[in-house]
Amino acid sequence: MSRSSANPVMVRRHGDDLRLFPTRQKKVVYAALVVAALALPFQLSGFWTSVAVYAGIAAIGGIGLNLLTGFTGQVSLGHAAFLGAGAYAGAYVGSELGMPFVVWLAAAALVGAVIGGVIGPFALRLRGSYLAIITLGLVFLGQHVFQNWTSVTGGLNGRSIRIPVAIGPVDFADLEVLGHQLTRDQGYFILVWALVALVALTAKNIVRSRAGRAMQAVRDRDLAAEAIGVHLARTKVLAFVLSSSLAAAAGALLGSYQRFVHPGEFSLVLSIMYIAIIVVGGVGTTFGPILGAVFITGVPRLIESVSDRLPFVATDTAGGGLITVYSLNWAIFGLLIILFLVFEPRGLAAMWIRLRLYFRSWPFSY
Amino acid sequence: MTDFVQLIFAGLALGARYALVALGFVVIYRATGVINFAQGAFVALGAYLVYQFGTTWALPFALAVILAMLVSAGVGAGVERVVLRRVIGRPVFAVIMITVGLLFLLEQFVTSVWGHQSLNLGDPWGVSTASIGTLVVSHRDVWTLVLAGVVLAGFFAVFRYSGFGLAMRATALDQEAAMARGIDVRRVFAASWAIAGAVGALAGITIASGAAGLNPGIGLIALAAFPAMILGGLDSPLGAVLGGLIIGVTQTLTAGYQPQYAAWLGENFYVVMPFVVMILILMVRPFGLFGTKEVARL
Repeated sequence: MSRSSANPVMVRRHGDDLRLFPTRQKKVVYAALVVAALALPFQLSGFWTSVAVYAGIAAIGGIGLNLLTGFTGQVSLGHAAFLGAGAYAGAYVGSELGMPFVVWLAAAALVGAVIGGVIGPFALRLRGSYLAIITLGLVFLGQHVFQNWTSVTGGLNGRSIRIPVAIGPVDFADLEVLGHQLTRDQGYFILVWALVALVALTAKNIVRSRAGRAMQAVRDRDLAAEAIGVHLARTKVLAFVLSSSLAAAAGALLGSYQRFVHPGEFSLVLSIMYIAIIVVGGVGTTFGPILGAVFITGVPRLIESVSDRLPFVATDTAGGGLITVYSLNWAIFGLLIILFLVFEPRGLAAMWIRLRLYFRSWPFSY
Repeated sequence: MTDFVQLIFAGLALGARYALVALGFVVIYRATGVINFAQGAFVALGAYLVYQFGTTWALPFALAVILAMLVSAGVGAGVERVVLRRVIGRPVFAVIMITVGLLFLLEQFVTSVWGHQSLNLGDPWGVSTASIGTLVVSHRDVWTLVLAGVVLAGFFAVFRYSGFGLAMRATALDQEAAMARGIDVRRVFAASWAIAGAVGALAGITIASGAAGLNPGIGLIALAAFPAMILGGLDSPLGAVLGGLIIGVTQTLTAGYQPQYAAWLGENFYVVMPFVVMILILMVRPFGLFGTKEVARL
């Protein structure tokens, strides 16, 4: 926890370092963030509200992956499989079984947790690169199941998902605030970002608990961790379970928001997107995956919206120009991963901390 | 019975293609300890370069292949010099992700230059088939097997007998000790990336000259070669070839018999079969069949 250097108050005890809201200033900042989040859907256009919903969903999955990769040090390329499992589980419980929002979301998370718990112990035997590749196999197996288990998944053609998003009398797809009718996107924005806040708080609390410290010990040196009494297998499986259940919950939300999923969505590319989210955001920070999710979800849309003004970009595969929008998006995506890992391996979160430090110590920057 | 032998042969030919891709992985992993996800991009780049040289510029096929391998080797060495050298000593995860980023970048380069449509490499090997008894073999498959054999023999000879091979083995064993003995580790790194680029190009050619033609999806087959590499153990060239052949044969046998005998596994199960084999083997032997066991030390 090298955060202490950026803390305005003197950190004298370990407890100070662990505090959620160390200063009044921080409380004010968080309160301002909440107000801004509530105001945002009314300021954004419908298109950008929808992008923000996708970003929120990605942030939930990203926080999950970060617990596994960022805090426990286990590389997983299998996140897409868990997202898919969650999406189909949520769809099945929500529509075929006709359960309400809270139940299908919990069921999806549970399915993810169970799958993660089953796979976790096997993956424990493998380290580093071997683990990365075996989880890659998981993505392909997942896609095979999604394509063939047609009674649940609808096979290659995908399935439509019509499931309720109401908690008690409050229906987020059809929300009315002070006589003002909200669009579906705005309702989802409030729901998803409230969940992001909840998940981020939970993750933060896990990280600063005994289990979280065990995870970080395993990440930093697994043998040393074991020697000081960390239960290696239990810690790794816990991280696996938490990560996959959050991924599954994100998948279920994604399905319900899109109202349609097909197996092609849950490919290796999605897994890599999630890794990019935590890499760009900042591996091993709580705030990082949220920044990363906003960045990775937002940048391609931004490129699309300016691409008609770039002379070298073709708008369709047949047209002229050096590169298509689609290719440009992926090329920039690849470039971003490389640049961040080479020049700023700690991601946007580290940039933010440095910027803050610069202004705090201004004019005595050093 | 004939069907069975035919399937085995097809599997060996497919396996030889996997093996060529996997050899590219192994040569980089041995020297630098990096799993190169961008190998698929070298495969694609090599195949498209042969199309460019051989079909568009109408050079002789053999010359086109050699040129493509050289250019691909240059790209490999360049990538190492510009990107990978900056991240030596970083966590495995970071380096893997950098190669993933490279994969995306190079693939977009390929599709931007050559487009998304399927191209035809012509018929460099001759479509004709030879019959051995009741077994029908295509020239392309024979060529692929021969090429894989030649590359493996070349690897063996270089690693075993040349001074450079010794340098590579020493670097793989202990970078610092190798450096202390006067081995230019940086040159070894650059060379192994160059070799991987060249081998990748060769693999690309054997894949793309088939009936399916050449399309941007060719890079994906490199992903199916991961199981081959893992199966043999990450750092063993012989393991990569055997792993490739095992995976290839398993895959064609699955394609041949699974719809008939185990239909409940679903359509196209053979596509994921390599990963199933890989997961099963790794459960029993976490470092593959021929891989070096990591020794854990406090």
